[in-house]
Amino acid sequence: MAQAAAAPKKKVEGVPEKLHVWPYLVRLEFLCALVVIIALTVWSIVIDAPLEEAANPTKTPNPSKAPWYFLGLQDILVYFDPWFAGVVAPVLIIVGLMLIPYLDVNPKGNGYYTYHERKVAIWVYCFGFLVLWIALIIMGVFLRGPGWNLFMPWQYWDPHKVVALVSVDLPYSFGFRDYTWSAIFGGGVLLAYFGIGTGVYFFMERKALKSVGFLRMFLKIQLALIMMGIVIKIVLRIGFNVKYIMVTPWISI
Amino acid sequence: MANKAPQIPGIAEFIHKIKSGEIFTEIAKEITESQLWTSTFRHGYADTPRNRVLQIASNVWLHLHPVKMHRHALRIKFTWCMGGITFLLFLSTVVTGVILMFYYRPVGEYAYYDMKYLQYDVPFGMLMRNMHRWAAHAMVITVWLHMFRVFLTGSYKPPREFNWVIGVFLVTFTLLLSFTGYLLPWDQLAMWAVTVGTNMARATPFLGNEGPFAEYVGVTPRYDARSLLIGGSLVGPPALLRFYVLHCIFIPLIAGALMIVHFWRIRKDGGISGPL
Ligand code: HEM
Repeated sequence: MAQAAAAPKKKVEGVPEKLHVWPYLVRLEFLCALVVIIALTVWSIVIDAPLEEAANPTKTPNPSKAPWYFLGLQDILVYFDPWFAGVVAPVLIIVGLMLIPYLDVNPKGNGYYTYHERKVAIWVYCFGFLVLWIALIIMGVFLRGPGWNLFMPWQYWDPHKVVALVSVDLPYSFGFRDYTWSAIFGGGVLLAYFGIGTGVYFFMERKALKSVGFLRMFLKIQLALIMMGIVIKIVLRIGFNVKYIMVTPWISI
Repeated sequence: MANKAPQIPGIAEFIHKIKSGEIFTEIAKEITESQLWTSTFRHGYADTPRNRVLQIASNVWLHLHPVKMHRHALRIKFTWCMGGITFLLFLSTVVTGVILMFYYRPVGEYAYYDMKYLQYDVPFGMLMRNMHRWAAHAMVITVWLHMFRVFLTGSYKPPREFNWVIGVFLVTFTLLLSFTGYLLPWDQLAMWAVTVGTNMARATPFLGNEGPFAEYVGVTPRYDARSLLIGGSLVGPPALLRFYVLHCIFIPLIAGALMIVHFWRIRKDGGISGPL
């Protein structure tokens, strides 16, 4: 008797591990569908979809905002040129996401919730998703006003608000006035960032190199460095008024 | 105390059957053994293990399910039901979208007024439009949550790597579906959101007229990545038609096909992941 009471709760006698999908899953799906459809119907009765005045190519609204789910990317436009924020960054996000299963070779945490067995993976994903994607969207929807300036919710959206553009390029603030030399300096800074970052990572993880493989580790750290680089650039712009790290006639970063 | 009421044995028996509930068994039997019923359903009606299996395996709408599954995969706490809800919302947009298509013409002169017509004159037009739009927005949110859950449970790990890749295609197509639909009301909100969005294509390296290295390729505002997308150098009627075709035909077909592969792979990869 005492033993039976102490036994783990889960092992209830007579309850099979495998269940029939009909009815156990199908009825759950049915209930779930019912709830969702009712919620959708009520929502659609209560709130109307927006319809503004007819499209007018001569009347540009200020601010012009992309659909809300792209506002994270639109916000990155403040800190990066369109070729990066609008094209390269989305491609990197998509490719990076697709690579996740091939880069994360930690066999633990497959099929159950765990934080302790895969701390780094959880942190990286949560940071990317919750901060760089969701938080930027929330900011873009609620705090970005005319001229893409930041407005607090209680502030008036003044279309004539002027924010002084005081940011300068990094090479310039280091005293480089010549085009060629500042391009070389900026390129050097970027190369050093990626080079040192990769080197340090490979040194710290040198024991894992054999089991994880060179290509995997290399791609992993490049993607991580790019993601961190975006954050660094944002901080440099807001905190130190840095415009570009590297300026060339073709691309500027 | 002679009982003078005429005795019709049928009625007494009938009332007894109603009182005892026997009648329902008999009706059910009558229906489920009829030719109409047995020709429609490929399995018996009685709740036997065999019929539970056939219920799934012999039904085209349910057969993507396994016939048996692990207890843990039933827990809403595990899956959040988000994949299924995403699919349901997709189906809702298909149904309401087809209804909208009966009234909407993707032509510069008509599109906006068709929206007005839908809203004010078509019976349930406003409701259909609302359901279509809110389901689309909700689908974007649920697909992100689904992806988040799949990440948190590590369900992309072997053997499910490839299904995660398909999933990334699906989330991309979900966003593109939503984005192409955003233009169709042809109002200020639509036109300028899509202008902002498609302006990015102009900056594509090599292929956009304002992108890096464009001068070596020779693209112009009229012929570059952006004009391919919107059929001109600004968001006008050709863009409307292009987005309409992409929104109603091209992307739903691809997304639908990928969903079928996605579901098929869930089963082939051993069902919903779990601690084993
Ligand atoms: C249109 C979009 C999608 C639909 C309709 C969909 C549908 C589903 C459904 C119904 C399931 C069953 C379990 C559940 O409900 O959680 C599932 C599982 C799964 N989905 Fe999706 N999904 C979509 C997008 C995605 C995305 C964006 C990803 C990831 C990038 C993804 C990766 C997976 C994986 C790996 C599984 C297996 C999970 C497991 O075994 O625990 N799916 N999907």
